[in-house]
Amino acid sequence: MVLLLQYTLIFASVLMLVALGGCFAEHSGVINIGLEGIMVMGALGGALVMKFLPAGTAAPMVVLLVILAAVGMGMIYSLLLAVAAINFKADQTLVGTAMNLLGTAAATVFVKAMNTAESVDNVSATIQYTEPKKAFLVNIGSFEFSWFMAVAFVALVVSYIVLYKTRFGLRLQACGEHPQAADSVGINVYKMRYAGVLISGVLGGLGGITFITAGVSEWKFEYGVAGFGFLALAVMIFGEWKPTRIALAAILFGAFRALGNVYSGFELLRNLNLPSTLYNMLPYIVCLIVLSFTSEKSRAPKAEGQPYDKGQR
Amino acid sequence: MNKEKTPLLGRNSTQTLLSSLICILLGLMVGYIVLLLINPRGANGAIMAILKNFMTYSKPNAQLKYFANTLVKTVPLILCSLSVLFAYKVGLFNIGAAGQYVVGAGASLYLALKLNMPWYVCLVAAVLAGALLGALSGVLNAYRNVNVVISCIMLNWISLYAVNTMLAQVKEATSPYTLPIKGVNPSALLPTLGLDKLFNSQYVTIALPLAILIPILIWVLLEKTKLGYELKATGFNSHAAKYAGMKEKRNIILTMAISGGLAAMGAGLFYLTGFEQWQTTQSSVPAMGFNGIAAGFLGGLSPIGAIFSSYFIQHITNGGAYVDKTMYSAQISDLITSLIIYLCAFVLFFKQLMGKGAAFTAGNANAEPAAAPQPVAEDTPQEDDETGKGGEA
Repeated sequence: MVLLLQYTLIFASVLMLVALGGCFAEHSGVINIGLEGIMVMGALGGALVMKFLPAGTAAPMVVLLVILAAVGMGMIYSLLLAVAAINFKADQTLVGTAMNLLGTAAATVFVKAMNTAESVDNVSATIQYTEPKKAFLVNIGSFEFSWFMAVAFVALVVSYIVLYKTRFGLRLQACGEHPQAADSVGINVYKMRYAGVLISGVLGGLGGITFITAGVSEWKFEYGVAGFGFLALAVMIFGEWKPTRIALAAILFGAFRALGNVYSGFELLRNLNLPSTLYNMLPYIVCLIVLSFTSEKSRAPKAEGQPYDKGQR
Repeated sequence: MNKEKTPLLGRNSTQTLLSSLICILLGLMVGYIVLLLINPRGANGAIMAILKNFMTYSKPNAQLKYFANTLVKTVPLILCSLSVLFAYKVGLFNIGAAGQYVVGAGASLYLALKLNMPWYVCLVAAVLAGALLGALSGVLNAYRNVNVVISCIMLNWISLYAVNTMLAQVKEATSPYTLPIKGVNPSALLPTLGLDKLFNSQYVTIALPLAILIPILIWVLLEKTKLGYELKATGFNSHAAKYAGMKEKRNIILTMAISGGLAAMGAGLFYLTGFEQWQTTQSSVPAMGFNGIAAGFLGGLSPIGAIFSSYFIQHITNGGAYVDKTMYSAQISDLITSLIIYLCAFVLFFKQLMGKGAAFTAGNANAEPAAAPQPVAEDTPQEDDETGKGGEA
């Protein structure tokens, strides 16, 4: 039971971080389908820092540097979307899809090249981080607390305050609802959209590193992040683009994802004798069912996905 | 093949072609830079290996054989790109081509190996399975307002796990791969009509001519029929279509069904050649559907263009297998492909630049030097590329 709680919380943290990222981008008016790729990049940055930090580095230092690397990579990578979608008015879905493919391909090529350079026989795309990963974990009884859970919680509180209680947040939302109106009162729509996309890069990168340190201590970059970026988008839609609801949605989806990891620990579930692939499918199935009952009245930011054109009425 | 290109040469088509060539060129250039960064010593060899693909072999017989292998894999890609572009013309982004491809493979292989059905039954079943999955996304969108992209992604993963479970019943005892069709049920193999002898490869079947024929049919459907017109109108403005008396909900579902059927047919036409066995433990959705997005957009969203762009993408993907593995990995081709998709997003911009002519380019030459000097500098690389492409096709 403790294990279920632990996995639920860590997966919920991943989903929450990434969904909040998507939430910022969409409130500014840019659809960020590329979150999956951003996660991969963030994960890569964090994993590299963990791999190359000298063994004796103090734990808080490890945590700080890994987070900085993930955030930095995510942010830089999200620029690809920002430039294409904001300056060049490109099709945002297409750019996002390209970023997802590019993220996995680039990470695989890079890690493989690095591994092969170290030893010619090593053609895997795997990075190991068994030791440095321990810096993130604190054991409370049998519960393994990860600092990323705290990070996710902080991100949630900060996101709520920024979106609803600051001038910046309200302006950001205006750009996603009616950019022409926002522009007419002197808000720089392009800058705001850049801010939205970059914040989504930061949170996406954080989500990526959280994901690959959840439960495993090595990551095969060929797998990308197994559709978690998209699951996070579903969490965002289900959470109606509102941080508090996103948090609840993330916990719900996280629980179903966690079941796949720990179902064999429950006698009841074990006795049902269902194939393990069913548990793999579960989060996606639940997501689809939930969305089909909640999407009807959901209201996305009005101007999302539309490139901003100053001359348009 | 030249004959099929003629309808493409409309007002817009030259610009589309040029933009696609720019995307290819820039994609290859960035790919080359990445190779240089990884290891400057082998970069030239690697990029040549990718571009040469089967021409790496010196014997004409071997060349023909590996050319045929590339063609065999081009077939599903053409169908997947048709799937993507068909939906896109109706305003839907079918990222679910990957999942529809998966169920197509699942249905055709299950019927072939478990139920011993002949090839045409397997193929029809594949198409139906894909159409059903596509229609499901369509229904969810039309009646429950679920975003097509999200539902497609979820269905991609659900289909992958479901098909893996289903095909585990017909896998080899000692490996995770499905049984070879040839050994179990040869009647499920697609007929070759002598094409196997022509191409020196047993895997070249009627799938190849079908892959040329179907794009033409899709072109006719989109451009010359009332249904195609209605579908496109729905995509352009669903409200207007609704008020004009078109059934916009039905159109969305129908589009996704056709789109899904196309992708799944690609899987059927591929797996029923016996070229590859399905790996029942694979944990990521096959790249074919996603590459279909690349091919669809690179082909300028034209069904005929898709034939050429699909071949090009498959050509470099196969070419990736020939890079020096002590320095690089085959995924460098995926990298180049994804770069090309990314660049395709700028096509509108490239076209604008071309349209605005010399006066505009003079003023903005600093902003985008790669694409700007259209009349002068673009000529040389573009010619190179065109001859290269012509040689391949």
